[in-house]
Amino acid sequence: MTVVVRVENVSKKYQLGNIGTQSLKGDFNRWWARMRGKEDPFAKIGDESQHQNGEFWALKDINFEVKQGEAVGIIGKNGAGKSTLLKILSRITNPTIGNVKIKGRIASLLEVGTGFNPDLTGRDNIFLNGAILGMTKREIAAKFDEIVDFSGIEKFIDTPVKRYSSGMYVRLAFAVAAHLESEILILDEVLAVGDTEFQKKCLGKMDDVAHKQGRTILFVSHSMQAVTTLTNTCIFLKNGQLKSQGFTQEVIKGYLQSDPSALEQLIYIDSPSNLEPKVTKVEIESSESSNSQAYGKPMTILFNISTPSPIKSAALSFQVMNSMDQPVTHLLVMDSEIPIARKSGLFELQCHIPKVRLYPGNYTLKVHFADRFSKQKYQTIERICPFEVGVYGEIRDYYWGTGNAMYVEDCDWSVVCMDQYSKV
Amino acid sequence: MEYSVKENKDIESSVPLSSTEPEEWTMEIKSNPGLFDLNLKELWRYRDLISLIVKRDFVSAYKQTVLGPVWHFAEPMVTTLTYAFIFGGIANISTDGLPRILFYLSGIMLWTYFSNCLLNTSSTFNANAHIFGKVYFPRLVMPITTTISSMIALGMQFILFILLVLFYYVRGENINTNIYALLTPLLVIMIAGTGLGLGMLLSSVTNKYRDIAKLVGVSMRLLMFATPIIYPLSKVPDKYKPIIMLNPMTSIVETFRYGWLGTGSFSWNNLGYSLIFMLVSLFFGILAFNKVQKTAIDTI
Repeated sequence: MTVVVRVENVSKKYQLGNIGTQSLKGDFNRWWARMRGKEDPFAKIGDESQHQNGEFWALKDINFEVKQGEAVGIIGKNGAGKSTLLKILSRITNPTIGNVKIKGRIASLLEVGTGFNPDLTGRDNIFLNGAILGMTKREIAAKFDEIVDFSGIEKFIDTPVKRYSSGMYVRLAFAVAAHLESEILILDEVLAVGDTEFQKKCLGKMDDVAHKQGRTILFVSHSMQAVTTLTNTCIFLKNGQLKSQGFTQEVIKGYLQSDPSALEQLIYIDSPSNLEPKVTKVEIESSESSNSQAYGKPMTILFNISTPSPIKSAALSFQVMNSMDQPVTHLLVMDSEIPIARKSGLFELQCHIPKVRLYPGNYTLKVHFADRFSKQKYQTIERICPFEVGVYGEIRDYYWGTGNAMYVEDCDWSVVCMDQYSKV
Repeated sequence: MEYSVKENKDIESSVPLSSTEPEEWTMEIKSNPGLFDLNLKELWRYRDLISLIVKRDFVSAYKQTVLGPVWHFAEPMVTTLTYAFIFGGIANISTDGLPRILFYLSGIMLWTYFSNCLLNTSSTFNANAHIFGKVYFPRLVMPITTTISSMIALGMQFILFILLVLFYYVRGENINTNIYALLTPLLVIMIAGTGLGLGMLLSSVTNKYRDIAKLVGVSMRLLMFATPIIYPLSKVPDKYKPIIMLNPMTSIVETFRYGWLGTGSFSWNNLGYSLIFMLVSLFFGILAFNKVQKTAIDTI
């Protein structure tokens, strides 16, 4: 396999406060202060290793290679330098030090619908957006039908896009981007848009692009789920430095362990509201660390709810969704069974599962919170508290292949001898 | 000792990688690209984008307006009438014996074009910060499209101008359109080039210092009065003439009036000065723009 992207010693420096005074007066003050040997009046105070003399190194000495047809994920917490790296790769800004060598056409998608003009029709915007992303009119015309087909908005193609619903807008924008003619595709969390159905369609398309068409993909996301589905290898950035690189599963594991804040994503937290009842926290107490659950072991799910006023007939439930976002089980609790939140305040609910029978794999929770009396649904929280079920310590002569089953039923096997053959 | 051995190993393992593979890269993103690394070939590849943006500017500017492109005429016409009334009717400034409407319109449309090119180009980075931050295309595309879009507007005003010239000619006014009117395309290119050049030069500064953007806006309004727009060059006192002649727009406006209306002054020397001014500003403008565009997005 040939190397199509080579990143060599790439570093990126930002002036603190983002070259920041934005005015002549500010810069003059800064210069004057420097001349007198005083401190820069605009410098921010910080003691991280990235900060030096009013400079901030968003990236430092990044080296890696991407081979043709590889799908590479880039992970790291906010401020780790992921976006800066993508910006350099997509030529939005130049590195301060180092080079990037690229073989083939590169297209980057840091946002869907860049340059969409609300007054133009869907048709015109396909052309405009396609051209902004680097396609020629002829290329767009050749793919036009495919794009319209994928977006599913044939009927409104000659309507100005300002009349579109936000969902339609995103569909169209994504459809254009998904049909880019390029050997290398750079993606930044654009999947976090649109409705669930369309998101899946996009994920499918991305998967198709990466695995079937043999295109190279660089993908940045906070969703470990998406990174796992899309990529084989991963790069983990921390404070502007390349921390680890390798197979996605391993890099993610390392990332989750090394980064306490990444673990916070395992817990859903929201601040209470004075206006409406809310789920303020969902947390899984799994049998192993960091939301790893051993098959067959107990698991507890904790819910905090807050309500500014009494709820007549509260109901809380959650679905366990598998990696295909299909519900595997639905567990619920209602006021008629145990009183919940009959007065205002903060309540904690626990759901204890004595023996987890979910088939090994990755799961998330989908939480529903409603009042059955007023038929009012307060909240539906999707894709939270990701957890992984694995088989730990269970020594069995059995291959737990992924996707073989949804869950494992409790069962007892016995063998009864019905008849005995006569001696052979 | 151990340390140096390890270092040697590193060098050994990394050197063959880059030297034995004579790899061909389609593109290199360098930390310090050359000053003259213009990549005009790439710009040419994006010609479709230029035409599409020009079309967008034209279509979207007058969406949901009843009069549509008529606004292209309305704006300079209103200004012209105002000037004709205030500077001509009230202040009684000479127009070299030309009908006031023609005199002011010719100046206003040329100046508006120059001013649009310069101001829009100078704010390229700030105005397009959002799109520049999300996608790469040659940044020169934006100033070029502005220049073309404004040129279309100028073209429409020019048609109006010709109709008015005919109207006054038929009415028997003293209008001597002559061979120098054929210089018009050159004049338009000179305006575009000067506006673009100075605009690009300024864009490299305005993206860092917003003050400059304000300053440029104000100076453009003042500079108009240092150009023979509302007065003919012939009425400028001799001691101020050299100053007015320093303005590259002066000879362009004068040549245009001379060619189409038959009054004013024309000299190849003066026009040559404007041409050289354009080339120099374009040259330095492109250099500055090219240097700034690589990291402009960091400063916006």
